[in-house]
Amino acid sequence: MDRTTIDLWVGVFVALGVAALLGLAMKVGNLTTANIGETYTVTANFENIGGLKPRAPVKSAGVVVGRVAGITFDSATYEAVVSLNIDKRYAFPKDTFANIYTAGLLGEQYVGLEAGGDDVQLANGDKITQTQDAVVLEKMISQFLYNKASESTDDKSKASSESTKSEEDTLGASPLDKIGKSSADKAEK
Amino acid sequence: MIKSGLLIGLIRVFRNIGHRFVDGIWRLGAGMRLFWLTLTSSGESFRRFHLTIREIYFTGVMSLIIILVSAFFVGMVLGLQGYHTLQRYGSSEAIGVLVALALVRELGPVVTALLFAGRAGTAITAEIGLMKATEQLSAMEMMAVNPIARVIAPRFWAGVIAMPILATLFSMVGVLGGYLVAVPVIGVDAGAFWSQMQANVDWQHDILNGVIKSMVFGVACTMIALFEGYDAPPTAEGVSHATTRTVVTSSLAILGLDFILTSFMINV
Repeated sequence: MDRTTIDLWVGVFVALGVAALLGLAMKVGNLTTANIGETYTVTANFENIGGLKPRAPVKSAGVVVGRVAGITFDSATYEAVVSLNIDKRYAFPKDTFANIYTAGLLGEQYVGLEAGGDDVQLANGDKITQTQDAVVLEKMISQFLYNKASESTDDKSKASSESTKSEEDTLGASPLDKIGKSSADKAEK
Repeated sequence: MIKSGLLIGLIRVFRNIGHRFVDGIWRLGAGMRLFWLTLTSSGESFRRFHLTIREIYFTGVMSLIIILVSAFFVGMVLGLQGYHTLQRYGSSEAIGVLVALALVRELGPVVTALLFAGRAGTAITAEIGLMKATEQLSAMEMMAVNPIARVIAPRFWAGVIAMPILATLFSMVGVLGGYLVAVPVIGVDAGAFWSQMQANVDWQHDILNGVIKSMVFGVACTMIALFEGYDAPPTAEGVSHATTRTVVTSSLAILGLDFILTSFMINV
């Protein structure tokens, strides 16, 4: 085969390869969503971050406004320090609430921001003071079971006392009533 | 009599094992020497880059059809199988993530390399083995042409360049195959398919690592094919054995290297 046609085919081949790589990066990967322009960083302390991971989304009203930049442990307060990169286009008041939510029942965890009413806005390096920890499923279940158990023991003690009473009532009252009723019936007859 | 026969048999078994082991080590060393020679004479072959382009045509462009068709089917099978499993857990939207991660991380580089070893590696081995059998390589040396720079190095670089391109195309076409099964045929939501995929496939840790993997496979596959050809006894039987060995050794090398590379990449 002529060398020029080979060159053409190899050119097409390499171009296809580059196009496929770009396609993977744009369509399959998160290259487009990873770059959210210029950001500013704020930190937030949580007592428990659950399964939050770096690069998890930061959402406000369901819109991704940033990403979790890093998670460290503060050995002075024994809290997790989560630094959040937030897009410069979005400003939040100083008393913004940071919560850790779970997407769906078993989905990934993300940081949700709920704007407050302060006039001063969060700036680079600020700290979000109002935070709410991640819901740990085990904790919730154990609490629920504990509550359920204490409730049911209460119910049982109440129910047992009531039932004994009613049994006493029925035992005490009904035979006599029946007898009384039947004797009354007989008397009427 | 019987005892000595048994003893001789045993000795033969051990001698065989030892011989194979020593032979394997010897071949490994010789292969490394050829690898080094190829690298050092690459500069010389890059000055005549049209040779490499010619080889890219034969190893890369000619492998396109088998790679693309198998990628399409692999993607469709992944879509079907993944859907049936994910559907049990009520998360059939995650099918995009499953297909993309499986292809980009593992199946793209590995299956491409296996197909490449069968399609291009054998051709390289047979070609070089025959060149050696018909004494073309010695003739080159007689004419003061370095056969490694003229014949081996262009094929090596062609394989190293072609493999990542083929693997990337494999992943892309596989994802399209998975899309075709999941969205129009099964009826998964297209938006969820792409958005979940984009949220969970990382450019650096998944896609770039896949490309790195395929480059390493390209080096291993092509080098094994070249060495087997270069080392083949100059007979018809020798070349046929060398071709068989190329497929066996490259497949094992690909799968072994895949484990090593993955264990490095997963920890990152």
